[in-house]
Amino acid sequence: VPPVAAHKGGFGAAQAERLLWRAGFGPRRGEAEALARLGLDGAVRALTNPGRENLVGTAPKDEKGRPLAPYDAWGHDHVWWLDRMVRTSRPLVERMALVWHDWFATSNSGVGSQRLMLNQNQLFREHGLGAFKELLLAVTKDPAMLLWLNGSDNAKWAPNENYAREMMELFTLGAGRGYTELDVREQARALTGFRNDWKQGQGNVNFRYDPQRHDTGAKTIFKQRGRFTWQDSVRLSVSHPNHPSFFVRKLWSYFVPVPPDAATQRSLERLYVSSGHTVKPVVTAILTHPALYDGPRLVKPPVVYTAGLLRRLGRPIDTTSWSWIGSMAGQQLFYPPNVAGWDDSRWLDTATWRGRWWTAQNVLRPYALDPGKAVQPYDAAKLLEGALEFWRQPKLTESTRAALQGFARAALADAAGAPWKRKQYAVMVQNALRQLIAVSPELQTA
Amino acid sequence: MSGCNHCAGLTRSRLLHRAAAEAGRGLPAIEHGMPLPAGTGLTRRSFLAQGLGAALAVYGGSKLGFAALEDGIALAAGGPAQPVLVSVFLEGGADALSVLSPQGDPLYRKLRPKLALSGGAVFAEDDRLRWHPAANGIAQLYGEKKVTVMPAVGYTNADQSHFTSRHYWEVGATSANLRTGWLGRYLDRVGSMDNPLQGLSLDSTLAPALATAKVPVASIDGPDEYDFWSNRVWGEVETRMLAAIGALGTTHGDPALAAVANVTAQVDRLRNQLLPFHGQDDKPAYTSPVQYPSANESFPRRLAGLAAMLAAGLPLRVVALTAPGEYDTHSDQPGELSEGLQLTADSLLAFQRDLEARGIADRVLIHVWSEFGRRAGENGSNGTDHGAGGIGFLIGARAKGTMIGEFPGLKTGLDDDGNVKATSDFRGVYAALLEQWLGTDAGAVIPDAAAFGRPALVR
Repeated sequence: VPPVAAHKGGFGAAQAERLLWRAGFGPRRGEAEALARLGLDGAVRALTNPGRENLVGTAPKDEKGRPLAPYDAWGHDHVWWLDRMVRTSRPLVERMALVWHDWFATSNSGVGSQRLMLNQNQLFREHGLGAFKELLLAVTKDPAMLLWLNGSDNAKWAPNENYAREMMELFTLGAGRGYTELDVREQARALTGFRNDWKQGQGNVNFRYDPQRHDTGAKTIFKQRGRFTWQDSVRLSVSHPNHPSFFVRKLWSYFVPVPPDAATQRSLERLYVSSGHTVKPVVTAILTHPALYDGPRLVKPPVVYTAGLLRRLGRPIDTTSWSWIGSMAGQQLFYPPNVAGWDDSRWLDTATWRGRWWTAQNVLRPYALDPGKAVQPYDAAKLLEGALEFWRQPKLTESTRAALQGFARAALADAAGAPWKRKQYAVMVQNALRQLIAVSPELQTA
Repeated sequence: MSGCNHCAGLTRSRLLHRAAAEAGRGLPAIEHGMPLPAGTGLTRRSFLAQGLGAALAVYGGSKLGFAALEDGIALAAGGPAQPVLVSVFLEGGADALSVLSPQGDPLYRKLRPKLALSGGAVFAEDDRLRWHPAANGIAQLYGEKKVTVMPAVGYTNADQSHFTSRHYWEVGATSANLRTGWLGRYLDRVGSMDNPLQGLSLDSTLAPALATAKVPVASIDGPDEYDFWSNRVWGEVETRMLAAIGALGTTHGDPALAAVANVTAQVDRLRNQLLPFHGQDDKPAYTSPVQYPSANESFPRRLAGLAAMLAAGLPLRVVALTAPGEYDTHSDQPGELSEGLQLTADSLLAFQRDLEARGIADRVLIHVWSEFGRRAGENGSNGTDHGAGGIGFLIGARAKGTMIGEFPGLKTGLDDDGNVKATSDFRGVYAALLEQWLGTDAGAVIPDAAAFGRPALVR
C-alpha cells in the first residue's frame, strides 16, 4: 500500500486560508499570509502541534457586560465554546473537539447538566488527536454519555442496549457492518456495571463502576467467547476488521466534501492501523492531501460560519444571542439533533439559511452606519469596494459581484431625485451590501 | 432522561406541485366527492383578501410590487383544490403496547410488570386493547369513524437502528441507498419547478421524506415567521436588498457554491409567496376558529398556521411535521410518553376540528407514524428497548376508519427477539395512500410496489 498522496501545488495565502477554514474557523487578519510562509508541511505541523493554549483577545461577556456562566445559564455553554473557537491559538484542537462532539453526539436535552456536558467537551480537547481507543474508553465512562445512552441504567439484572448498539452503529463500525443483534445484546452485557445516584437539588451525581452490577458471565461478541468487561467491549469494537474503514471514511468527511478515492482510503486505513489507531497521523495526512486543496468547496457548518465572521472582524463575544441564533441556523452546540450528530451534507435549507441571515445581521449590528450621520459615496462601484474592504477583500464570483452592483445601482437610482435621499440611501446601501456579502454563497463556503 | 432523542429537527421541504388538472387525474373516486376548493379563481382571491384582509392589504400595499409575489398569489388562487397529505412523525419509536395497551392479553402484565397500564377506553375493533388516556384526542376521533388504526405496522426483519429504520420509512423501501423520500418522488412526478410550497416541512429543517430529485420544496417554522431585515436598512433600500437575495441565487460551477445558491433561490421564492401571511406587531395574520392546546408550543401553533394556509388556498400537497415528545423511552417511560402523546393527540384533534370548521376537512388526511415499536418485555430502567411492529394512524374525515392489520397477540405474535411482529407493511400503506388518496401510480414511486397488498384507506 503506497503512502497517502500529498498536495504538490503551490501553498499561498489562498491555500492557507482554505486550510484554516477546514482545520479551524477561518483566518484572523493576516493569519493566512503568516501560515502560508511556513509552507504546507510546516503549516500542518503548526496546527497539529500547537503547544499550550492561549486565548487571544477580549474575554467573553454577556450583553450586560457580565462574565459568562457556562455551567449554569442557558445558552452560555454555546457562547463559551464559540469564544474558544474565536480566540484560541489552537484552532485544530477546537475543530477536532467539534468533530468529536458530532461523532459522539451527546445532547444536553437528555443529560440535563451543562457542567457534565462541558466536562465531556474537555475530554474531546484532551484526547482529540490521540489514540482512538483511549478516546472511546473515556467516552464510554463519561457521565454525560452514561446518562445520554443509559449506560448507568445498564445492570446485569436489567440490561439496556442503548449504548452497546450506538457504539457499534455510530461510533466504531457503521450500521450493518459486521455485527448482529446478538452482538448488541452481548455487548450490552459486557458494558454492565456503571451507575450513579440521584440527589435532590444536585441531580445525577457520584458516577462510578460497581462490580456488583456487572454481568461476569461469559459473552459471545463477534464470535469470540469470554468473560468480557466494558474495556473489552471497547477493545473488541476498535479492533474489529471493519473499524478502520469506518473511521477513515467518517473522519475524512469532516474535512473534504467528497469521499476519498479507493487508493487514498486504503492508504489512510493502513496509516491508521500502523499508528496504533492514532488520530493525529490520519488528520495530518488528510490536511496534506491534494483533495483538500484541489477539490470542491465545503459548506461551512453554522458555528464555523459564525466564528469565522467574528474572527474576520475581530469582534469578541459580547452577547449570548449566538446560542439561539445558532439554533436557527441548525447548530446549537451541546444540542445535536440526535446521537448521530448533525447531517453535514445538509446544513442548508430555507429555514437554516434564514438563520445564517440572522447570524450575519447580528454580527454586523455594532458596525451599522447611521444614515442620519455617516457619509458614504453616492457611487455603486465605490460602495461595493468599501463593503468588500470591510470584509477584508473576500474573493467573489462575477455573478455575485454583478448581483451586488445591480442592487446598489438600483437602490441609488431610487434616490436620484431627492438630495436628502441620496445621502441616506448611500449609507443604507453600504449597510445592506455588507449583509448581502456575508450571506453570499462564497462566504458560506470555503 | 431518555436515551437518544433522535432527530428532533429533520425537516425541510422542497418540492413542487403542479396544477390541479394533474392532481385530479387518476383520482376519480376521490374527485367525485371532493368539496369545491376554498374558492377558485377570483373567488379564492377574494377569499384570501377577506380572510387575511388587513395583513394582505398592508403588506400588499407596500411590497406587492414584486412580480414573484403576484405569481405566488395567482398560483395559490388559480388551481382546483388538491388532496393534502400531512405526515406526522413520532420520533424515536413509539411504544404501540402503551398507546393501545393489550390489557386483555394474559401475557401483558408478565412482560410489563412495572409498566403495564390499567384502564382507558376500550378499542372498539379489538376489546383486548385499550387507549392510552393521553391519546384521548385520537380516541375521540376514532369514535367518530375518522381514524384508521394500524396496531402493528412495519416490515419483516425490522431493523432496530433508529436511523436505518426511519430511513426505510422515509424513502419508502428497505433500501439504505435511496436518497429521495417517498413523498419527494411523488412530488417529482406531479410537481412543478417554481412552487416550493407544494412540499412543506413545518419545522426548522427538511423532512427527509420530502427530499426530491428535481423540484423545490420548503421548510418553515410557521407561515407567520419568515421575515428578513438588517441593521439600519429601511424602506425602498430594504425592499431592494431583499429582492437582491434572489440575484445571489444564480448558478455556479462549484457544487458547494451551487448548493448554497440553490437554497438562496428557494428562500427568495418562499419569502415572496409568504409575504401575505406576515402579520403586524408579531401577531399572526390569521385567526383560528377553534382553540388549540398550549399556544406556546410549536406543534399546535404550526398546525393552526397550516390550517390557515390550506384555507387560504396556498398550493400545498404534502406537509411534514415532527410530533412533540420523547418516544425513545429507554427509561422513565410512563411520564415521558404521556407528556408528548397528550400534546400530540390534543393538537391533532384541534387541527381536525379547525379543518371541519373551515369546511376543508375532506381535503386533508393525516398519517401518523414512527420508525418502529418497542420490545414487548420491559427493560430494567422503567423503560423499553427498540422493537419491531409499531403504531400508526390515518386521521381525517375521509379515513376509512377500519383497522389495517391486527394486534397479533403476545403469545404467538412476537418474533425471536421478543418484538411484536408487523401485521401490515408500511410500503403497502404508502402505495395505498398514493393510489387512493394522492391519485398517482404507486409503481412509479415505491420500489417493487406490486409486491405489497393495498389496504383500503379512504372512503
